[in-house]
Amino acid sequence: MKGGANPLVWIGGGAAALVLLLAFGTLAALALRAESASGLGPGDWAAIRFTLLQALISAALSVLLALPVARALARRHFPGKRLLTTLLGAPFILPVIVAVLGIVTIFGRRGLVNAALAALGLPPIEIYGLGGIVLAHVFFNLPLATRLFLQAHLSIPAEHFRLAAALGFSDRAVRRHLERPAIARVLPGAFVTILLLCLTSFAVALTLGGGPRATTIELAIYQAFTFDFDLGRAALLALVELALCAVAASSALAAGTAPEAAPSLVAAPWRPDGRSPAARIVDGGWILLAALFLLLPTGSIALGGLVHLADLPAAIWPALGRSLLVALAAMTLTLSLALGLAGLALALEGRWGRVIEGIGFLPLATSPMVLGAGLFILLFPTFPPRTLALPVTALVNGVMSLPFALRALLPEMRQIEADHGRLADALGLVGLARLRRLHLPLLARPLGFSAGLTAALSMGDLGVIALFATPTEATLPMQVQLLMASYRMGAASAAALVLLLASLALFWIFDRGGRAHARA
Amino acid sequence: MLVLDDLVLERGNFRLAADWSLAKGRRLALIGPSGAGKSTLLDAIAGFLTPRRGRILWQGRDITSLPPAARPMTILFQDHNLLPHLDVFANVAIGLDPRLKLAPEDERKVRAVLTRVGLAGLEGRRPAALSGGQRSRVALARALARARPLLLLDEPFAALGPAMRAEMLDLVCETAAESGATVLLVTHQPEDARRLGDLASVVVEGRAAPPVPVEALLAAPPAALARYLGPGE
Repeated sequence: MKGGANPLVWIGGGAAALVLLLAFGTLAALALRAESASGLGPGDWAAIRFTLLQALISAALSVLLALPVARALARRHFPGKRLLTTLLGAPFILPVIVAVLGIVTIFGRRGLVNAALAALGLPPIEIYGLGGIVLAHVFFNLPLATRLFLQAHLSIPAEHFRLAAALGFSDRAVRRHLERPAIARVLPGAFVTILLLCLTSFAVALTLGGGPRATTIELAIYQAFTFDFDLGRAALLALVELALCAVAASSALAAGTAPEAAPSLVAAPWRPDGRSPAARIVDGGWILLAALFLLLPTGSIALGGLVHLADLPAAIWPALGRSLLVALAAMTLTLSLALGLAGLALALEGRWGRVIEGIGFLPLATSPMVLGAGLFILLFPTFPPRTLALPVTALVNGVMSLPFALRALLPEMRQIEADHGRLADALGLVGLARLRRLHLPLLARPLGFSAGLTAALSMGDLGVIALFATPTEATLPMQVQLLMASYRMGAASAAALVLLLASLALFWIFDRGGRAHARA
Repeated sequence: MLVLDDLVLERGNFRLAADWSLAKGRRLALIGPSGAGKSTLLDAIAGFLTPRRGRILWQGRDITSLPPAARPMTILFQDHNLLPHLDVFANVAIGLDPRLKLAPEDERKVRAVLTRVGLAGLEGRRPAALSGGQRSRVALARALARARPLLLLDEPFAALGPAMRAEMLDLVCETAAESGATVLLVTHQPEDARRLGDLASVVVEGRAAPPVPVEALLAAPPAALARYLGPGE
């Protein structure tokens, strides 16, 4: 995007400054405050070890289980396959607290699975602690890994499968020569991405962890704030987490990015392998298990929520209002930042363009809890935290969603410039006019998608808000967690249903709106 | 002899009929506009598509229901003939044994065919480090190493320049003459059919016509082919 008098460039400059200020300002605040800390105690070291342990187990299990599920989805066709592959994307916008509640309902002490185990005379599963945290993380990341691997399968050229058939490849030879190279390209990236997500997941640890044996770094930060009010130790822990994330994020970059989204996850090429009855049964079993594992917890919330709808406490509705406000504010912020940064990156191109792009992806290397802790330390002397709970939550959520929006918008904007940039230059279409007449109409679809994604993510977020708010400023996810913590499970599942519907509705409205306005 | 006995193929709404035979050792160009069904016919002979009706016979044996690998043929696609993670040697060797465990005489055979197509010394290269013409030669080398009596070519040289395409077709003609292979080539260029220099079959309007000598066909094209070729031919 050329032209000096381009307001997008100014917005982009402001966006870059804001992200840098937030990332490095909070870092500086944390570093200054951490100096006053007396060092890490044995409990803190235990939290660091536990964080690494649960993240490694969760990432390894997610990836290992995704391999057979992705293969089964790649080579089988069955009614409902389109729906199932769509649902694989759903956990991304599913509020964590809703899923956790669903997992407790199915796998908890009085859940379906333990009832079945008891009937078979087997010992029950313990949902609180390492097992539950890993289970929840696999629930969220198995679909992600499956999608990445399924894309890798679908990136194998159809001719290679026909070649395999013509050369008489066995199933093992198909695996060795076609599947393994395709999977090997995405596996390290998938593993490290999931590792990063599990290192920084707060809501799962808050609800299913705790105690000396199952406390993560994020949980320790939260407790240092809320129980001990030891800001120095919280800052030190936040720096440790930041260092872990930086290592994981840079190895994710080094491992290479995931493949570009395949045009469709349903239209798989003809394959010669897996024709034996045994292979059919194995594939069918994996698909069925994965579908049950993903559908049962959410389904149980929908059902349980309906049954207990009358138990909904009145405090839910103002909480829903606050959540919607935060979600819409975060969405507006994300889209402004993303459009500005993308515009600036395209205007600069070359090395500086890539630097600007890199700034947009900086939030991936940090966690909301770390940003929130830094902001708390910066703001605390001047403002009582609870007065700023909602603006800070919206700010952090908006910045955290920036990478996803940028990933959806930047390639499309680059393509628009490549296709129509010369024409727009010739017509003198510059600045805001170029944005309004050229980019925005053609961006309707990714804009709608990014807006829906950001709003839904923010709607379901349970992180920073827990640091800043007291129950009187609680958002809906926090309200669900408070009900859960006081063992009011019926009311909690009814509130979770409201939250689930609100998140899905937000995503659906914006995504659908974008599609409806798309002209292509 | 290859016999297409009252063959009817269907793919969605598309339908193609063929009822003719081709003597062993002949070279046939299937010519016609894109979407006419040339590749569909080749797919059926290769075993990727089950015919709606009719039979396919080779030397009197019915091969209609055999899986692709069990058929007496080897096929070259338009694209993606090579596996990108294997070097040139392995890309040829995989045509002899998918497990890549080659007996010494098979290894000698791979080296011999690579020399025959002019790629001696490039055994260790990956496909990404080869030119388009060299990649086509590797694919052809694999076909030669497999030494199946039927060689099916689904526009494998379409992405090459005219000179390189002519060179590859000449190489196909020479090696086929040496081994006595029967060749079927899909193309939409009349000069390719001429270069192959034997028979041609027009595939148009849902029918693959019986093979006729290529020069005679191009000298007096039937109405449908004339429309496709345009006034230039």
